Amino acid sequence: MRRSSSKKPGQAGSAAPANPSAADLLRTASSKATSKELERIDGLFSAYANGSSGLIDPEGIESLCADLEVDHTDVRILMLAWKMQAERQGYFTLDEWRRGLKSLRADTISKLKKALPELEKEVKRQPNFADFYAYAFRYCLTEEKQKSIDIESICELLDLVLGNQFRAQVDYFIEYLKAQNDYKVINMDQWTGFLRFCNEISFPDFSNYDPELAWPLVLDNFVDWMQAKQG
Amino acid sequence: MSFDQDLEFIEMGVKKLKRQLEGDPEAIVTMVDKMSLYTKVYNLCTQRGSPVSPRELYDKYKELIIEYIMSTVLPSLQEKCDEEILIQLVEMWGIHKKMVHKLFLYFQYLDHGYVSRNSLPPLHEVGLTCFHDLVFKEFKDKVRDAIISMIAQQREGKPFDGDSIKSVLDIFVQHGIEIGFEEAMLKEAAIYYSNKASSLVRKFSYREYMLKANECLQREKTGVSCYLNASTEAALLEVVRNEFLSLFAGHYLEREKSRFLTLLAHENAEELSRMFRPFSKDAIWSHMAEPLSNIFKNHVHMEAIALARDTAMNGQEFIQKAIKLHEKCLKYINECFQEHDRFRQALAYVFHWLCNTAVGGRQPLELLASFCDDLLKKDCGKRLSDKAIEETFEKAVKLLPYVYAKDHFLKLYRENLARRLLSESANDDRERKILVKIKQQIGNWFQHPMKRMVDDITSTRENQLSFRDYIDRNSSIRPGIDFAVTVLSQGLWPDFKLADLDLPPEMEKCKEVFGEYYQWKNKDRKLTWIPSAGTCNVVGRFEPKTMELIMTPVQAAALLLFNSTNRLSYSEIMTQLNMTEDNVVGLLYSLSCAKHKILIKEPAMKTISPTDYFEFNSKFTDKMASIKIPPPPVAKSKKATEGVNKDCRWTIDASIVRIMKSQKVMAQKELVKECVKELGHMFKPELKMIKKRIEGLMARYFLERDSQDPELLRYLP
Repeated sequence: MRRSSSKKPGQAGSAAPANPSAADLLRTASSKATSKELERIDGLFSAYANGSSGLIDPEGIESLCADLEVDHTDVRILMLAWKMQAERQGYFTLDEWRRGLKSLRADTISKLKKALPELEKEVKRQPNFADFYAYAFRYCLTEEKQKSIDIESICELLDLVLGNQFRAQVDYFIEYLKAQNDYKVINMDQWTGFLRFCNEISFPDFSNYDPELAWPLVLDNFVDWMQAKQG
Repeated sequence: MSFDQDLEFIEMGVKKLKRQLEGDPEAIVTMVDKMSLYTKVYNLCTQRGSPVSPRELYDKYKELIIEYIMSTVLPSLQEKCDEEILIQLVEMWGIHKKMVHKLFLYFQYLDHGYVSRNSLPPLHEVGLTCFHDLVFKEFKDKVRDAIISMIAQQREGKPFDGDSIKSVLDIFVQHGIEIGFEEAMLKEAAIYYSNKASSLVRKFSYREYMLKANECLQREKTGVSCYLNASTEAALLEVVRNEFLSLFAGHYLEREKSRFLTLLAHENAEELSRMFRPFSKDAIWSHMAEPLSNIFKNHVHMEAIALARDTAMNGQEFIQKAIKLHEKCLKYINECFQEHDRFRQALAYVFHWLCNTAVGGRQPLELLASFCDDLLKKDCGKRLSDKAIEETFEKAVKLLPYVYAKDHFLKLYRENLARRLLSESANDDRERKILVKIKQQIGNWFQHPMKRMVDDITSTRENQLSFRDYIDRNSSIRPGIDFAVTVLSQGLWPDFKLADLDLPPEMEKCKEVFGEYYQWKNKDRKLTWIPSAGTCNVVGRFEPKTMELIMTPVQAAALLLFNSTNRLSYSEIMTQLNMTEDNVVGLLYSLSCAKHKILIKEPAMKTISPTDYFEFNSKFTDKMASIKIPPPPVAKSKKATEGVNKDCRWTIDASIVRIMKSQKVMAQKELVKECVKELGHMFKPELKMIKKRIEGLMARYFLERDSQDPELLRYLP
């Protein structure tokens, strides 16, 4: 292997959106939050954290979800993780927690709950969504040096992240992925390619799809498969 | 002086000038005249309260010019026609220009002072414009008709003045005046030649018609070259050509086409070359090249299809017939069709099809590889002379450029070459000559690695001599068996099956001696022994008669075990030789179940099983005194294909990395195009395959996609 760097490809920089809206600006400006707020945020952290590890572990996240009245498989939890730029799936560190809640200006559970709809809207705005989409992939890479995700998990992730926006494309693509044998895993390039595909390509006729362009091969095969199905 | 007087003074001066220009000997404009006129104009312009305003002067100037034109120029042109009008026009124009120039000298001050300040057209322009409007415009149609009738007369053979035509045309072009000359001329030429062609068609045969048509073309070309510019000339020749060809298509084409087909079918090369002989390459006949080359293509294609479908033929015959067909077509192209491109393309089309379409389940390239191998094998030398072999080869390799998967052919050829080189009768000189012929056809990349294989054999021979020397000088280390070692460079030769085994002590000694010698001679090289290759001459003392057996060292090792005992079991043999199971099976099969049964197997079935027993066959005999034992079987053709596919992938990878390394950043579409171009001489990589390799290289961090533009790829150093 030529490369020994363990840098994950395509890792984004900071969490702040590239074109902040007025509201975001206001938020970050006043995120020099008061010390009272910081105290409360830290307090909230210890309420859910595991005493010995000093992190919020999966159990803690479950009870957090229960308190927020959100299912722990809900996409909003993933969005929250994105806001925190959490590194490891299933765990929140103190820094990450502070980062997320500070920028959401939430220092109590009820404030956090109220912040969720606003967070959803924020994520859906470009260029946040592309960033979130890429983040979602990286978040699922649990092993050190892991670069791709198995088909089963990818299908779940696709449904979770894109299901609302691109229902048809996601359903058919999932069907294709389960039916084919060429690919057992999906990598980041193919993952990001799919979002671009949903955004740019007319569905389900694929009239503007050109396999000679730089679409990942898996999408070329997907289009062939769809066209064969449509007869 | 008053207004009128001033003007009259000027008029007189101008009149005198006119007369001088027309050649009146009495009218001489002196220096004084010139100066006084100039001064007059100057004064009129600058004097305050001058009776004549500059504007009036300007108008007067114009009036004078017009008057001159009306009185002198126009009448002179009025009655003339044809040549005369052209000559006269040129002359009048010359005079006019002179006069305008001279007048300008007098009225100069007007130009400087008045005209430019009031953005009026300068004086010389006024002069020219008047001539334009009054003369050129008036007469342009007449001029045009004159020129056209002159050209028509020229065709009839009347004497011709090209220069005046050229002068007049030049004038018109210079001043941007459209006289519709080209259009009218082309129209007239079309009518003329249409009539001419019709008259020819009624009287003459195809060949004579073509000759006459060519004559007309040539005549037109020389005729108009002196006065027409290049593009008009080309347009004219095109018109002439079209007129002749349009009739030709109607009257002659069908007849000629069927005649051509008949001649082809009867293989009448003589008549075919006569069909085209009178014409040079770029004469009209090349227009016929398209329909005829199509007929040729279809005809040859039919023959090729018949050849491919003939299931009664074996591979050798197929190649021979393909070569014959190719040679026949080449002969036509070179001798009859004047090596015209369209016919070459037709041939290429058919042979691309023939050389890549499977025949009886096998690819022609495989058949070609076998054909070459047969030609070069030992016993062929008994049937054909060296010269004949080379000639046949020369013709055979001409088919190589048509084969798409040349790298596959390379693999097969290399295997055959290895076998030939390692056999007793390797003729490395001849192999080298053949490789040169291959290089001429498809380039160096193919033959270079194989040439090095041949070099290996040559250097082995030289090595042998020095090894003999070495043994002779050190008698103590003589191994007791007469032996020779062929040393091959690793990586060049096809992979050998490395059957590892314990050799008998006699052979081990040989290995040792040579090993020492080689180490002494080449200190940093390492030898790996391949006992499954090579030959061993074993003397077998059978009851009927003693015979010489030729076999591989591995087989010899097995047989030597029977020197100490008559009968051995499978497992005993395996243990004593220290070989793996699959190697032992093939080995024992070749000695007990194949053509010559040196060992008797118990039970006598044709499969080897671990419970078998083997006995020395003392009763074995053959009518020959020396026989060759076939080596253990090995499945090779599948490996060749697999190898090819793997190589394919790596070759594409290497090509992609090479291109990206030099370009640093490139659009994916461009990269694919470059890659296909680079590898085109070996094989045609598929788009999907290239895409897959790109994705693989991305996963291995050789390349990355640009974050802004997904079409752009970047090389990662």
